[in-house]
Amino acid sequence: MAELVWLIPAFPLFGFLTILVFGRRFGDPFAGWFATAMVFASFIASVGVYSDLLGMNEEDREHIENLYSWVPVGNLQIDLAFLVDPLSITMCLFVTGIGGLIHLYSIGYMHGDDKFSKFFLYLNLFIFSMTLLVLGENLLVTFLGWEGVGTCSYLLIAFWQTRESAATAGKKAFITNRVGDWGVMLAMFLAFSTVGSISYSVLNNNAESGLLSETTATGIAVLLFVGAVGKSAQLPLYIWLPDAMEGPTPVSALIHAATMVTAGVFLMVRINPILTVAADWVLPMIAWIGVITALFAATIALAQTDIKKVLAYSTISQLGYMFLAIGSGAYIAAIFHMVTHAVFKALLFLGSGSVIHGMHDEQDMNKMGKLFKYMPITASTFIVGWLAIAGVPPFSGFWSKDEILLFALGDSVALYVIGIITALLTALYMTRMVIMTFFGEAKWTSFANEDEMPEVSPGEEPVETHGAHGEFKPHESPIIMLIPLVVLAVGGLLAGLIQLPSLWGVPDSAEHQLEDWLHPDVAFGEAEIAGTWADDHVMLLVIIAISAALAGILLGWLIYQRKRVKAWEPTLFANGWYYNWAVSWFMGNPGREGFEDVAIFDSKVIDGAVNGVGVAVREVATTEKKTQSGYLRQYAGIIGIGAVLLLGWFVVVRGIL
Amino acid sequence: MIAAIEPTWYLVLASVLFGIGAFGLLVRRNPLIMFMCIELMLNAANLTFVALAVQLGDINGQTAVFFVLVVAAAEVVVGLGIIVSILRRSPGTTADDLAELKG
Repeated sequence: MAELVWLIPAFPLFGFLTILVFGRRFGDPFAGWFATAMVFASFIASVGVYSDLLGMNEEDREHIENLYSWVPVGNLQIDLAFLVDPLSITMCLFVTGIGGLIHLYSIGYMHGDDKFSKFFLYLNLFIFSMTLLVLGENLLVTFLGWEGVGTCSYLLIAFWQTRESAATAGKKAFITNRVGDWGVMLAMFLAFSTVGSISYSVLNNNAESGLLSETTATGIAVLLFVGAVGKSAQLPLYIWLPDAMEGPTPVSALIHAATMVTAGVFLMVRINPILTVAADWVLPMIAWIGVITALFAATIALAQTDIKKVLAYSTISQLGYMFLAIGSGAYIAAIFHMVTHAVFKALLFLGSGSVIHGMHDEQDMNKMGKLFKYMPITASTFIVGWLAIAGVPPFSGFWSKDEILLFALGDSVALYVIGIITALLTALYMTRMVIMTFFGEAKWTSFANEDEMPEVSPGEEPVETHGAHGEFKPHESPIIMLIPLVVLAVGGLLAGLIQLPSLWGVPDSAEHQLEDWLHPDVAFGEAEIAGTWADDHVMLLVIIAISAALAGILLGWLIYQRKRVKAWEPTLFANGWYYNWAVSWFMGNPGREGFEDVAIFDSKVIDGAVNGVGVAVREVATTEKKTQSGYLRQYAGIIGIGAVLLLGWFVVVRGIL
Repeated sequence: MIAAIEPTWYLVLASVLFGIGAFGLLVRRNPLIMFMCIELMLNAANLTFVALAVQLGDINGQTAVFFVLVVAAAEVVVGLGIIVSILRRSPGTTADDLAELKG
């Protein structure tokens, strides 16, 4: 079955091509069902490959499926090859699994949209690119997927392109990602020029056997990290992700929370032997960028009023945790958190989409409240997601976050402390969000359908009518949107089971399952914490983590539900530390001047050189064309003189004859 | 008795023929005459080939002549065709008049 791995990207590709041709004819909702079926087929293929790998010995679980030689140029041999190993299959499973659920949800969410089939066209292309990204055996195949998901991200953020803000957000995401992609390309060039190959197995084997020099490893690692920072929205390149919320909500869930943004984390895990060989400042740098991003984004999330913006900053913050894990050498914890986060963040995003749907496209949390009564299923599933991300046991987020913090403490106390503070803030802003949306007072009554309110004299009860005329009423979403929510809620509750820590009460056979499974991939780079202080006091750390989560929830409850404590939401946070503004200012003023200077350099020096060659050729030609007189006898004479001279040269100078 | 013909004589004859051809090509303006001069030079070259082939006992020289003849024949077909059509259009045209064709 492992050799049938190409089926995993093939199904969504087939879906993409079919909808490309027949999309309009399929229409709403058949195009959606078709696309969903393709993704689930891909999921089934992933499960097949997974079960095949499960049946093998641990050391055999690596299979390279070479489709064909893609770029055979001299020493550069690049195959279109897929690497089937526990890491890539783990990624495939959750990308196609969650992707399928989000497709299903989208059928309900996008119902009635003019560009219904086009939406699914892009979604299928995205799943294809994403599976290509994770299955790639070399940097170029991964890069193809990497750019593919970037393109889909652009197309889907700007899906409602008639909205100015959506079109701008799409461009912003694309351009910001370009900065990171530049790093990936340079890393490829560096790998080829020094190692002569861009295949993961060659690079990683070289790193493991000590053939890769520290300088090269540092270069490749840092450059790929630049790419990861762009794709996974870390400081300083995170600015595109909050704006990406302009896209339809299923897109935010699929691309900007669950799958694409984790590509950077995946890439780091994929090259973990290189990271290990790299200079000893590389990993701490990754850890610090991760943890600072986590804290930074969490503070911003605290003061946002747009329901999707909160989740966007929360995503950035959680991705920061994953990079903290990578920097601490906890690759398994990073993947673990990636999987649990994908489940509960997809759940939260889809839940928020359901809320937005039920509130008739209202995203401002200040205009919500008390929705639990009107959308019980959405609210209940959302609460599962909330508890998962806040880190309340036994929900999935608790286990993965705890594992990351354990390794962070093994690395440095400062990282751990910032991580715990972030965990508290996470619980706080998520509580704020849940209370503002589902509990408290219903703040939508006064805003609702002001234009269409029937004339009611003071003191009289508003007339209860249905539809647009009359009082606005949130409604629960259709069943097709609720099924994915329920499935994901179960996942959010149980996903922690794949990697339970060695704690009291956990049976031995159930411990560290993900670790055993991923072991061959990360054996070289994984940090060793056994025997450290952190490992000896796991129980204490668990208690600290739970306390932080509960403290955050309690604080949130006091502030937003009971209003005992005044909310502290400085405009600094609401405006995202003015970072966006600072980037705009910088790029608008000194940056612009710098670029204009570069443009002058380009037009004068570069263009000058190119045009100069042309002008020189023309000048020479103008002089020389006079020799072309058209007089045959002149030509003949010149030829004759030339022949005589040549003969003379042979005879006199060379001495022939 | 006539003395045996030395190979040198052939070479002298060939160089004389070549000189006549080259001279004629440079001084005459009638395209047809110029064309004949070219043929003269070609055949002067052929003569050296044949003479030396006989002297050295090497068949390759003879072979080269065949190539030259074939090329010359092809050249005659094309060149003569052009020249005849030019002269038919405007009799008395000289090679120098044709310089206007350079554009």
